Amino acid sequence: MTLRIDPGRVEEAAKELYIRALKRLPPDIKQGFDTLVARETDRTAQSVLGVMVKNIAVAEATDNLLCQDTGIPIYNVTIGRDVVVDGVALKAAIRRGCERATREHPLRSSVVHPLTRRNEHTSCGEGIPAIHVDFDDALDGLRIEMIPKGSGSENNSWLRMAIPAEGVDAIKRFVIDCVLDAGGKTCPPTIVGVGVGGTSDLCVHLAKRAATRPLGTHCADAEGAALESELSKAVNLLGVGPQGLGGDATAFAVHVELAATHITMNPVAVNMQCHSARRASAVFTETGIAYGY
Amino acid sequence: MAHYELTMPLTEAAVRRLRINDTVTLQQRLFGIRDATLIALFDRGRTTRLDLQGHAVIHTAPNVKKVEPSSACPTGYAPVCIGTTTSMRMERFTEPLLRDLGVRIVVGKGGMGASSLAAFRDLGGVYLAIIGGTAALETTWIEAIEDVDLDDLNPESLWQFRIRDFGPLLVAMDSHGASLYDAVDHAARDRRAAALAALNVKT
Repeated sequence: MTLRIDPGRVEEAAKELYIRALKRLPPDIKQGFDTLVARETDRTAQSVLGVMVKNIAVAEATDNLLCQDTGIPIYNVTIGRDVVVDGVALKAAIRRGCERATREHPLRSSVVHPLTRRNEHTSCGEGIPAIHVDFDDALDGLRIEMIPKGSGSENNSWLRMAIPAEGVDAIKRFVIDCVLDAGGKTCPPTIVGVGVGGTSDLCVHLAKRAATRPLGTHCADAEGAALESELSKAVNLLGVGPQGLGGDATAFAVHVELAATHITMNPVAVNMQCHSARRASAVFTETGIAYGY
Repeated sequence: MAHYELTMPLTEAAVRRLRINDTVTLQQRLFGIRDATLIALFDRGRTTRLDLQGHAVIHTAPNVKKVEPSSACPTGYAPVCIGTTTSMRMERFTEPLLRDLGVRIVVGKGGMGASSLAAFRDLGGVYLAIIGGTAALETTWIEAIEDVDLDDLNPESLWQFRIRDFGPLLVAMDSHGASLYDAVDHAARDRRAAALAALNVKT
């Protein structure tokens, strides 16, 4: 049966998702905190993690935003089989929903023109919200995932066009060095997203996908999964700690996403998701719209 | 490690008493500033009618809501969500903040660098570390928005907050050349080799 998507409902969902994502942390992230708290041996770090965990409770109790950075809005749309949607109307609806969340809640608009620095107070501008559309055979319906990406972490993003002769070692070395260079600026503990392969822009995009993937998920590729597991342990040997003030909990995990690349290329990119790892999703099916993470 | 309750304005002597790893709770008044505010004040020659002499500033661009001006909200702005931004972007402005505006305390996220550390040492100031991303909690420490200047830069205006029990915050950089961030960075870089060894990376 064909599912027809109503742009009006997409607009509502886009608005709702932005607000939800900003206020409620996904359960996998809360669990991530539990794990880090249980393992932490440094006293300052325990205190810092404690404040972060307390903030999650205060945000829920006061129905407020977890972090003041409303971020740069990203909407990832996945379209399943037998879904009929007017793509132009879909993108326009998401943009309107993003603007309405900003005007009506209201939210701080963190989006400006890159040259004039003018803020329209809509969280929208040229090319923003970032809207990615993809297709998934296994999905029943249409899914919209909303990620308000904080700039503290986003401002610390890296790409290196290594060469094949440097091997996988170049990737490992790069990840360690990026974590050291980030220090406390990315609000650790982070999810360290690593993009491997692709073109330069795909590589960076993969790093973002990796950083915003739920905790507890693994790279679909076996080699990638082994790499992310190794890196997760190694990164937490550095002692950068929560907020860069020292301790064990530098990262919740390192996630890797990969794509094939050119025979002479060995690109690697790093993007981090801060501890306010915000994410909300809506799935449109025959039965209605289900909100989740 | 000592804990201090501080009400602004502060003298140089009071600030120089603070050492890294001490904790501080701030009372009464705090000024909010950010990138655009600082660019306006120090690069574009704009001035403010607000008096920052001996005061504390925090790196922020708050989420606010427009309301009818009242005694609770004299500026016509009510706080919605007030948190703290990455301080390092504003590194070059610490020295003029202290030298030209008389600021004594910088509250921020993620630490600052050598130039700020030198300014704290030479002019008498400290950096207090906010736990980034804890805006819901931080908002409960702010009682009201008392005043606002340079509001054409909204939300990067110059904000005057009335605060209560703001903290406890860690002294992460003091007026004696000590920085927790430097200490952690050095220790972490010392562990780089061990991390690479764990990854079987040839060095």
